[in-house]
Amino acid sequence: MSLQYIGLNEINGPLVVLDHVKDASYDEMVELQCKDGSTRLGRIVQIEGERVVVQVFEGTNTLSLSNTKTRLLGHPMELPVSKEILGRVFSGAGKPIDGLGDIYAEKSMDINGQPLNPVARVYPRNYINTGISSIDCLTTLIRGQKLPIFSGSGLPHNQLAVQIVKQAKVADDEGKGFGVVFAAMGVTNDVADYFRRSFEEAGVMQRVVMFLNLSNDPIIERILTPRCALTAAEYLAFEHDMHILVIYTDVTSYCEALREFSSSKGEIPGRKGYPGYLYSDLASLYERAGIAKSAQGSVTQIPILTMPNNDITHPVPDLTGYITEGQITLDAELNAMGIYPPVSVLPSLSRLMKDGIGEGYTRADHSDVSNQLFAAYAHVQDVKALTSVIGEDELSEIDKKYMEFGRLFEKHFINQGFNTNRSIEETLDLGWTLLSVLPKSELDRIDNAVLEQFYNHEKAVTQFGLSEDETIRELQQAVDNG
Amino acid sequence: MTENVIYSINGPVVTVKDTDAFSMLEMVYVGNARLIGEVISIKKEFTTIQVYETTTGLKPGEPVYPTGQPISVTLGPGILRNIFDGIERPLEEIAKESGSFIPTGSHVDPLDKEKLWDVTVVAQVGDQVVGGDVYATIPETDLITHKCMVSPYTKGKVVEVAPSGQYKIDDVIMKIETEKGQIVECTLTQKWPIKQPRPVSKRLPISMPLVTGQRVIDTLFPIAKGGTAAIPGGFGTGKTMTQHQLAKWCDADIIVYVGCGERGNEMTQVLEEFRELIDPKSNKPLTDRTVLIANTSNMPVAAREASIYTGVTLAEYYRDMGYHVAIMADSTSRWAEALREISGRLEEMPAEEGFPAYLPSRLSQFYERAGYMDNLNGTKGSVTIIGAVSPQGSDFSEPVTQNTKRFVRTFWALDKALAYARHYFAINWNQSYSEYVPDLARWFNKNVDSKFLRDRQELSSILAEETKLMEIVKLMGSDVLPDDQKLIIEIAKVVRVGYLQQNAFHPDDTYVPLEKQLKMMEVILYLYKRGKEVINTGKPIRLILETGIFDKVIKMKYDVPNKNLELFDEYYKDIDAAVASID
Repeated sequence: MSLQYIGLNEINGPLVVLDHVKDASYDEMVELQCKDGSTRLGRIVQIEGERVVVQVFEGTNTLSLSNTKTRLLGHPMELPVSKEILGRVFSGAGKPIDGLGDIYAEKSMDINGQPLNPVARVYPRNYINTGISSIDCLTTLIRGQKLPIFSGSGLPHNQLAVQIVKQAKVADDEGKGFGVVFAAMGVTNDVADYFRRSFEEAGVMQRVVMFLNLSNDPIIERILTPRCALTAAEYLAFEHDMHILVIYTDVTSYCEALREFSSSKGEIPGRKGYPGYLYSDLASLYERAGIAKSAQGSVTQIPILTMPNNDITHPVPDLTGYITEGQITLDAELNAMGIYPPVSVLPSLSRLMKDGIGEGYTRADHSDVSNQLFAAYAHVQDVKALTSVIGEDELSEIDKKYMEFGRLFEKHFINQGFNTNRSIEETLDLGWTLLSVLPKSELDRIDNAVLEQFYNHEKAVTQFGLSEDETIRELQQAVDNG
Repeated sequence: MTENVIYSINGPVVTVKDTDAFSMLEMVYVGNARLIGEVISIKKEFTTIQVYETTTGLKPGEPVYPTGQPISVTLGPGILRNIFDGIERPLEEIAKESGSFIPTGSHVDPLDKEKLWDVTVVAQVGDQVVGGDVYATIPETDLITHKCMVSPYTKGKVVEVAPSGQYKIDDVIMKIETEKGQIVECTLTQKWPIKQPRPVSKRLPISMPLVTGQRVIDTLFPIAKGGTAAIPGGFGTGKTMTQHQLAKWCDADIIVYVGCGERGNEMTQVLEEFRELIDPKSNKPLTDRTVLIANTSNMPVAAREASIYTGVTLAEYYRDMGYHVAIMADSTSRWAEALREISGRLEEMPAEEGFPAYLPSRLSQFYERAGYMDNLNGTKGSVTIIGAVSPQGSDFSEPVTQNTKRFVRTFWALDKALAYARHYFAINWNQSYSEYVPDLARWFNKNVDSKFLRDRQELSSILAEETKLMEIVKLMGSDVLPDDQKLIIEIAKVVRVGYLQQNAFHPDDTYVPLEKQLKMMEVILYLYKRGKEVINTGKPIRLILETGIFDKVIKMKYDVPNKNLELFDEYYKDIDAAVASID
């Protein structure tokens, strides 16, 4: 095993080629020793007879064809883990960088993981109360789900992620067995620092594992970062029965790193230059969310990605959407209106919510409220489009009501502020009050019985101070007449 | 055997140098771990093999073993109620053996070899048998009788049979002497290569619909037994929900559900739901007629390609027994992407968007395995293929959608705008079509009512008319329209919300029999007729809208239970009363 190969055959971007290598195995780790004695890690990505292509994690700067010694390590990329990793900070390749020394490892785990057998999965049903109305009511987050945030540059996706961590912790058995794994992939120092500070302020830092690959770190390490993070998450969830929330940002940078790497290997590109296997590669990350029958813990993922040019059809958000169980989309226009969180309700979706809400989970009327809110708000968009052509004055009476509803919905329901934590009851009641702005006959998604129970137009009128309303006039008359 | 050793490794593709030991599409075992692989190209110098499992840890110089056979599946009792991976390895058994995660190189028998089956032997010594003939029957589940058939292309005289009784799948039940004097032993199973369609005596014309209980499908865009359909739609438009609904409620005898490159949690959901759900016709759990094939997106990519073929081969096997089989493939785009990925690794010249040039021919080969067939043994059965397509960027002009469109005859286009408004099924009535309507006309006229297709036509005219009017409304608002056109818009709303939209979570609305569909159409059209009369007398449409009768009709799908269809008579009275109240 201690056989060393002196010199390299070829250096091309992050890849080096060695010849006359014996007994190399696919995906095996190698250690490269530079002239100055420092070592770098690499991984075998292609073997052709005795010719081996190695991807060097820390980059190939200063390597030359003659000054490098290479040693095969005999195992695939592994992450040393133990419960000590909580509270620690690692590099993208899993080396501690907080100056507290190495981990005393309980075991080493292959960072590529293995696919979870569908028959050994538990279908996720337990909802996570995030305290954010637009998420809890309309795109409910379920434990064991993968629910990405589709965002753009300049939008408060980081705040939203922090708020979810802060408020979800509270709801979850006072935070017992709750942990966060945070992976930064190509984000700036400021962003990484913001997360660290926020976790400290929220008092969860002792329950956070951080993997940082900042924007000036080598790209090959970026490809490993989420895998290390998910391996840590799986270890904590499935061996220590913790509920782990994995937040990783930014998936777009990750994909760009993958593209760079792929083109340096000379692979045939698919759409927009991304490699043809981008879907499979992303799936190998996202699919590592879930709950296994053999353990009490769970892995919930909130990947954050910035859509280049706010284009949801760009390959990265597009392929992500096909794998993840829904998405929370942020909208620049709402953000400009000062609405926080600027969740764009219509393109947001949680695929798992249908089985995790309603009687026994949240409240029996939950699905009615959310369906009707979606339908009504979708109609608001049609009316808005019409308004931009004919002007609001020309709208029919009922469409004017919808415009009113739309405004109130954005102002009171979506908008709630960084520090507001709403219970599910508050959220649903607010939903009903908003729906009650509309005439009862418009609420066609709801069973009559439920409608009778919750519809309360007067409350809506008083709460939102609606004017020129027939009902209020009638009431006034009734009062006047004694 | 040491001359066949691995030379190069690149992801799931390995090559062997200077050998002629392999044949095309042969199944091989790769490496010391004996990973399953398939030969995909043979050149003088290199033989290229795609490996169905992850190749981490594989070394050049490790042996590659030929098997002499193409990739095959084992067909026999025990397939139903089971869940397999893409190359027919039972996931339950793997979980028992290796825990929650799927390891590489696991070799588990596809079917339980120890289980005893109640076998009724029907063949007799001296019988002349040919391929497809049934020699034994087994109650596989409460719903399905499994028929053991002589393997196609085998022909001869029965020389020995075992008595009826309990047998394991590998026990010899019958021996046949062929014309050449060979003795063929028949057990309860047979093998069949997945990429080769099972032979039939002839293809029959399409004549029966696959009744799904989903209004927009049965009424507007029906699919036939033995037909093909594609469900394209961007993410979040409800492809998987639609597939689940069809798998639950369609009137096929057997369902093969292939989760190809999709989410693990979804397969778990299907597994759990189908165990709990009771088939309304037989009162047995739905799993009794279902087989699941799960190759989730994080499982090895080459097995994703195989999963589609495995599914359709199982379907054909049950068709040969005389059953109507429906296969749901979710999603064929992932399969196409697997082709692209392998093709890229082989450095083949790409055609459109990096997909290989043989994409259309592979798609057509798959969809052509559907059909209503006269089987070798004289029974009739069908394979219906319903494939989901996940177009990149929701753009239907991409290669997989476009090529699929050429080979399927029913096209259910899912629409993002409808999905955003939570209108499910989000099947866009302007872009979707079914070419089966003329083929099925006789069946509908005979088995439902001659009014069914006439009403269907009227409904689609109303929707088409509405689309035209909406162009005007979008520009100028609805107030400018004359009352008769406003009525069309209102009626179209009833059709859209009250008829096409269907609630999969409502106990009655999740499955609607054809009879109820017809009655609902009749009520809507009656409302339209009476509405027109009111407007022709010069009264404004506002008056009839204010009676609330439109809202009442919209909610009839919830208010009339599937068991009490006579309640529909009330609606005619209500409509008449509403109209009368205006005068």
